[in-house]
Amino acid sequence: MTAQPATTPLPELQTSTRRPSRGFWAEGLRDMVLRRRSGQIGLIIAFFLLALALLAPVLATHNPNAVLLGKEQGVRPRQRPCIHAVDNLPSLPVINFFRCAEGQPQHYFGTDGNGRDLYSRVLYGSRVSLKAGLYTVTLAVIIGILLGAIAGYAGSLTDNLIMRIMDVVLAFPSLILAIAINSALLTVADGSLFDRGLTVMQRVLGFEDVGLLTALISIALVSIPTYARLVRSQVLSLKEQEFVTAARAIGAKPGRILFRAILPNATAPLIVAATLGIATAILDTAALSFLGLGAQPPTAEWGAMIGAERNQMFTSPHLILFPALAIVITVLGFNLLGDGLRDSLDPRMKNR
Amino acid sequence: MTKYIIQRLLAALPVLFGILFVTFGLARLLPGNPCVAILGEKANPVTCAAFNTRYGLDKPILTQFGIYLRDVATGDLGVSFRFGQPVTQMIAERLAVTIELAFSAMIFAVLAGMVLGVISARRHNTTVDVVTMIGANIGVSVPVFVLGLFLAYVFAIGFKDTPFALPPSGRLSAGMAVTSFVNKFNVSPDSLFYRPAQFFTNLYFVNSLLNLDGKLFVDSLKHMLLPAVALGTIPMAIIARMTRSSLLEVLGQDYVRTARAKGLGERVILTRHALRNALLPVVTIIGLSLGFLLSGAVLTETIFGFSGVGRALYDGITARDYAVIQGFTLVTAVVFLVINLVVDILYGFLDPRIRLT
Repeated sequence: MTAQPATTPLPELQTSTRRPSRGFWAEGLRDMVLRRRSGQIGLIIAFFLLALALLAPVLATHNPNAVLLGKEQGVRPRQRPCIHAVDNLPSLPVINFFRCAEGQPQHYFGTDGNGRDLYSRVLYGSRVSLKAGLYTVTLAVIIGILLGAIAGYAGSLTDNLIMRIMDVVLAFPSLILAIAINSALLTVADGSLFDRGLTVMQRVLGFEDVGLLTALISIALVSIPTYARLVRSQVLSLKEQEFVTAARAIGAKPGRILFRAILPNATAPLIVAATLGIATAILDTAALSFLGLGAQPPTAEWGAMIGAERNQMFTSPHLILFPALAIVITVLGFNLLGDGLRDSLDPRMKNR
Repeated sequence: MTKYIIQRLLAALPVLFGILFVTFGLARLLPGNPCVAILGEKANPVTCAAFNTRYGLDKPILTQFGIYLRDVATGDLGVSFRFGQPVTQMIAERLAVTIELAFSAMIFAVLAGMVLGVISARRHNTTVDVVTMIGANIGVSVPVFVLGLFLAYVFAIGFKDTPFALPPSGRLSAGMAVTSFVNKFNVSPDSLFYRPAQFFTNLYFVNSLLNLDGKLFVDSLKHMLLPAVALGTIPMAIIARMTRSSLLEVLGQDYVRTARAKGLGERVILTRHALRNALLPVVTIIGLSLGFLLSGAVLTETIFGFSGVGRALYDGITARDYAVIQGFTLVTAVVFLVINLVVDILYGFLDPRIRLT
């Protein structure tokens, strides 16, 4: 995507990239950080978001869920952005957007329909989205690795059975299937085993919002086939190689061959897919929440914030603008990071 | 080639059965009592028993599945609890909207994406290339609903009272008359052509062209532009990136160098030699994007107030309307399956190597 330096560094051409080793990872990451513009920008955005999420309590000006009406002098619902620091700056459209009206209390991004501070909500939203992306992908990758590895290694009937099930999942448009699964999960009867399981997960993962949790589970379920297929194809191509035959010859059991010999060699494409998967998971979470099926009020989730205020867009565009920007920047960051990792870790893409 | 097509068709059969199983299972798994959901205040043990008998909900679950398979085979997708309408009729009315939306979005995505990709590859590593690829990166990162709201805002408010103003919602302007094919050709409700006639009536582009109704065409086109761009932008960006990278790869190959060496012009090399080979991966992407388009249709239809399949499915799920959920999930999945089958077969045509494996 970006202009490459005219002189290609020679040592990199000579280094062997055939067998992933510690050198492979160190070299790949070094290549990404030093030479790939997309990887650099992606990494910066990802760290920036992580910092925002961790420092949210420090950076926030208000409690994200506190309704300020009647508690703060002069605050109104859907108040426009107001930063006192720009009062003396010259009149530019961008600056005027943040200029305060007479007697308005300071709210960096304005307030939402319930009179809550939008800046604090967008800030806390980064926690929700990062969690959503990481948890969803982790769950999907774990199940995907297991299914794909079993299918690829066992072959024949097991392979056929698992992959046909994956085909069926892929046969549905993903978001539609996620919506259907989510509404099934959401209304599970009280006291059932699954309900108790959800409560445990809520405690362990630190989620107060059951709707968000079931949305994550359904998005994860829908994205399993991507990883299962990837791992299966890697296993299929690796299991015929000499080092696997060697492992078998010295009497290693299938589980050991799979997890100690084959899978470590399939990590690079999996990491790339997972990074891009985080972006998709964040997008899907926002889409479900926008439709009112994911995060439930009062959770500060970007998609839900847009969904709640979308009919006020023509009168109060700031309520859509800030959460929307947050989603776009986050997703862009992980997409770029994934692209950069792919360019650096895939030997075929080297020196392009 | 015939063998290849038959193979693909046979491979699709178990998937089709799986789809039927899942659509049936999903609607049955949705907990919550449909009787309570539909009858509301009137629900009590007596009315619920009658309700369950009427819709066959009192039979064993396997029997229900058997009945379901038989009904689907005979083209009966049941009756919506909420509207009392046959689901096939709702599909005939609403599928047209979604298909037109998905097609318009795809046309936009393919045309714009390929043009941008080719320009980018031709001007590799220039400002044009960098700007296009930055745009494509941002394009894949903007959610459909954000872009939809943004476009609606810009074209309805920003361009208000200019020729560029476009309507932010609805499929047609109020008061637009549509000629119904059912009335025009006097199709009786028992006829085999009744549902197709309804379906084609609602394909407004086709309808207006067949009836030579210019006003209807322009109006429906105006209402379609923003949704199509909103829905088509992510696939457009993906196609642009794909076209660029695969064209760059092809342009670096020996036979292109040979073509250059024998003195062919860049334009001929591009159109005759390079582009044809570079487009293979793009065809795959187009096939894969259709699933995304059907998913995104839910969001686009919500934002732009279209009454299409996605919207109907969403409403059906929130109201626990079994027949609607089953029917519409089934139809989307089958449409998706058929399109992927077509793409598979098309791929076999384009690349002989695939047929042999």
